[in-house]
Amino acid sequence: MDMNEIKEIFFQECEEQLAELESGLLKLNDGDRDPETVNAVFRAVHSIKGGAGAFGLDDLVSFAHVFETTLDCVRSNRLEPNQDVLKVMLKSADVLADLTNAARDGGSVDGARSRQLIKELEALANGELPQPAAEAPAKSAPAPAKAAPAAIPAPAVNEEGFQPVAFSFEDFETSEPPTIEPSTFEILFRPKSELYGKGNDATLLLRDLSRLGEMSIHCDMDELPALGSMNPEAAYFAWKISLKTDKGEEAIRSVFEFAEWDCELEVTLAGGNHAGAGDELPMQPVPFDLSLLDEAMPALAGAAEDDEQVAARQREARDEAVSAASIASNVLQMAQTARASAENARSAAPASAAQAAAQQAAASAATPTIRVDLDRVDRLINLVGELVINQAMLSQSVIENDTNGTSSINMGLEELQQLTREIQDSVMAIRAQPVKPVFQRMSRIVREIADMTGKSVRLVTEGENTEVDKTVIDKLAEPLTHMIRNAVDHGLETPEKRVAAGKNPEGTVRLTAKHRSGRIVIELADDGAGINREKVRQKAIDNDLIAADANLSDEEIDNLIFHAGFSTADKISDISGRGVGMDVVKRSIQALGGRINIQSKPGQGSVFTMSLPLTLAVLDGMVVTVASQTLVVPLTAIVETLQPEASAIHSFGASQRLISIRNSFCPLVDVGRILNFRATQANPVEGVALLVESEGGGQRALMVDAIQGQRQVVIKSLEANYTHVPGIAAATILGDGRVALILDVDAIVAASRGQSLPEMSLAAAG
Amino acid sequence: MTYAAKNLTTGGRELIAFRVGGQEFCVNIMSVREIRGWTPATAMPHAPGYMLGIINLRGAVLPIIDFSARLGMKPAEPTVRHVIIVAQVNGRSVGLLVDAVSDILTVSDADMQPTPDIASDFERSFARGVLAIEGRMICLVELDQVFPHEEREAA
Repeated sequence: MDMNEIKEIFFQECEEQLAELESGLLKLNDGDRDPETVNAVFRAVHSIKGGAGAFGLDDLVSFAHVFETTLDCVRSNRLEPNQDVLKVMLKSADVLADLTNAARDGGSVDGARSRQLIKELEALANGELPQPAAEAPAKSAPAPAKAAPAAIPAPAVNEEGFQPVAFSFEDFETSEPPTIEPSTFEILFRPKSELYGKGNDATLLLRDLSRLGEMSIHCDMDELPALGSMNPEAAYFAWKISLKTDKGEEAIRSVFEFAEWDCELEVTLAGGNHAGAGDELPMQPVPFDLSLLDEAMPALAGAAEDDEQVAARQREARDEAVSAASIASNVLQMAQTARASAENARSAAPASAAQAAAQQAAASAATPTIRVDLDRVDRLINLVGELVINQAMLSQSVIENDTNGTSSINMGLEELQQLTREIQDSVMAIRAQPVKPVFQRMSRIVREIADMTGKSVRLVTEGENTEVDKTVIDKLAEPLTHMIRNAVDHGLETPEKRVAAGKNPEGTVRLTAKHRSGRIVIELADDGAGINREKVRQKAIDNDLIAADANLSDEEIDNLIFHAGFSTADKISDISGRGVGMDVVKRSIQALGGRINIQSKPGQGSVFTMSLPLTLAVLDGMVVTVASQTLVVPLTAIVETLQPEASAIHSFGASQRLISIRNSFCPLVDVGRILNFRATQANPVEGVALLVESEGGGQRALMVDAIQGQRQVVIKSLEANYTHVPGIAAATILGDGRVALILDVDAIVAASRGQSLPEMSLAAAG
Repeated sequence: MTYAAKNLTTGGRELIAFRVGGQEFCVNIMSVREIRGWTPATAMPHAPGYMLGIINLRGAVLPIIDFSARLGMKPAEPTVRHVIIVAQVNGRSVGLLVDAVSDILTVSDADMQPTPDIASDFERSFARGVLAIEGRMICLVELDQVFPHEEREAA
């Protein structure tokens, strides 16, 4: 595995962390004050910072550091995460995402923006930071008690000829509360076995700590059991450190930042009422010399000479990754010892922290996941597609050859059918992903647009765990972005107008996803002004989209916004209004085999409803016959089917024919003719007309000879061995083993329009 | 002895010979994936005349070329006795409809004669050379030309 691969994994993890970060912040924004949420947010930023540091991504590290510092204030309840604070934090999360992307793709970021946010974050961290001195006495109160257990040296230690090592410095002062002035901190550092398991070394951490100021250190070996019962992979030592430094608590914690999750760390300021602490320390303060500590480590090994095996294993254990199970049991062990020590007048906090850690370990063990190459999944899906087709072929031939319908073959086949269906469902479920990542991206877009337009917007998402095929999710982001932009930019009014209309000045955009009859339905609702039908109509007339005297229903007017080259924004803005909005949206939704429509109520807002297939690997189609060929028409394109009567068919010019449907005229398209399956046009009265809707909102009646039925078909690429064929989207294999072509309805309609025919009038199409 | 070893020792190569419209042709065995019976093909719109359509080859879509029509001879009227040679050309699979597969030949380069100097460039373009075996003339087919890349794009 080379560096780039590792880096790629880091960026993948970053994406997950960023998602975690954003969802955590949004939870906080909704009033969630669960400490675990704050911790999750903090961990996310911290992990990104840690990884970025390892790869030397300095921009990312420095921003993440400031962000982390501010988050730490929230975590330690020094900063109330109110709306204003969270606004800055959400923006910071956006910048962090930008920086991560820039680091991956080598792009540049808006430096001014990140610098501005760094300032804001720092202001939050400093401005609202209460004087730590006020809290210090209360916090440090348990400190003297903590020292007590150290007073009784463990017998096991003495048996090994091991003396408690105590260090101190001469000017031991305990009463200097202000952080900037040199002050004394009591630090309890109790590494867990994971700390060693991850290759960290307590010696190095302590050495770093000593650089911050003058330090006295005491090693607490209470936990060390008799040699016989010692677990070589467990961590038994804790250190109690008195540190006089002018750097403040933050600097101390930053020493431990990469070990923070693998140790118990208490940093308390030695308060004025703590003056007696020194008296309770059982050891004589001696000048601290770090080399002594280094010597102490080999001494430990040397002391165990009578049982060299144990010592050797102990050293090995530090380098080895500890298995998940032993970690969990160690954490539990830790919780027990912590609880036991709580009886020794210790604070209960370490116990609960350890318990939380144990719970967390259990929770992460509960849902194991693996990363799988998407190609492998796709191959599996393809194979299952074959299986389904083969099974259908087998059933068909058995039915044809088997006169006795109750034979065991038939029963076996039925079971096979059930199994293949289950396999297909399970395989599809592998590709299915919740829409959450896309929805989360939308919240960022809402924030940005709201900032640009000066509107106040709240995005409410529902059903974000609704699952849909990954390819659908990937292709959903772009149209959804367009629509969200439109909703905020055009849909919602300015706060002033909203107040004037008696509405909450803060607009709401609601994004919901749900499953409905084998499809995913995504709704985007805003509580804005709704579509201004007069304006839309006028615009359509100005742009020659409709005749000035066209008689359109409200719904038809609303749907005009999906027409190419249509934009109602008076001014062309940065955000939307380039006139490539909604028609692009509609086309991309249709390309996914989906439909979109709009419902709008003046003064109450608009609702866009998108209905999409759950997967792109299979498709619901109508199987039809055209010139003795079997074709599949995607069901999503078909509005209705009808049997034309001779009186409804009207010739128009030399070759065009129109069909009148409820008093509007719709061009007839002979599919057999377009695809060159026959030389002359078929008689429409003998066939069936499929009313289809295509790009641009126009409707066409596609003439086919007969309808065979509806079927779910597996999509096969034509391009793999052949080439793209105009009018044909793909191929599929039917139950009889033959290949059937899937029609590309848009292309058929475009071909019927030809070059000579200009874009047809919407009024006629409606 | 494996094909590769044989090839190395004798300098020969193996060819699959087939009959189309009373004439004999052959292709390099290495480009042939399988030989299968005729199944009705699904017609493709806007396809050239020699393109019979596509069939299902274990889930893949396989275009079928009427070799006879491709050479400008009488289009085949496929029956169950016809054979499809599935060949690999430029990384794509193509089916060639022929009357029958007749032989597997092992020939050396010395057996190969250059294409005779005939008038038609069209026919010449398909032939890489001719073989004289037991009084028969077998034409070695250039598969790239039968289904050239440009042709596919245009089709």
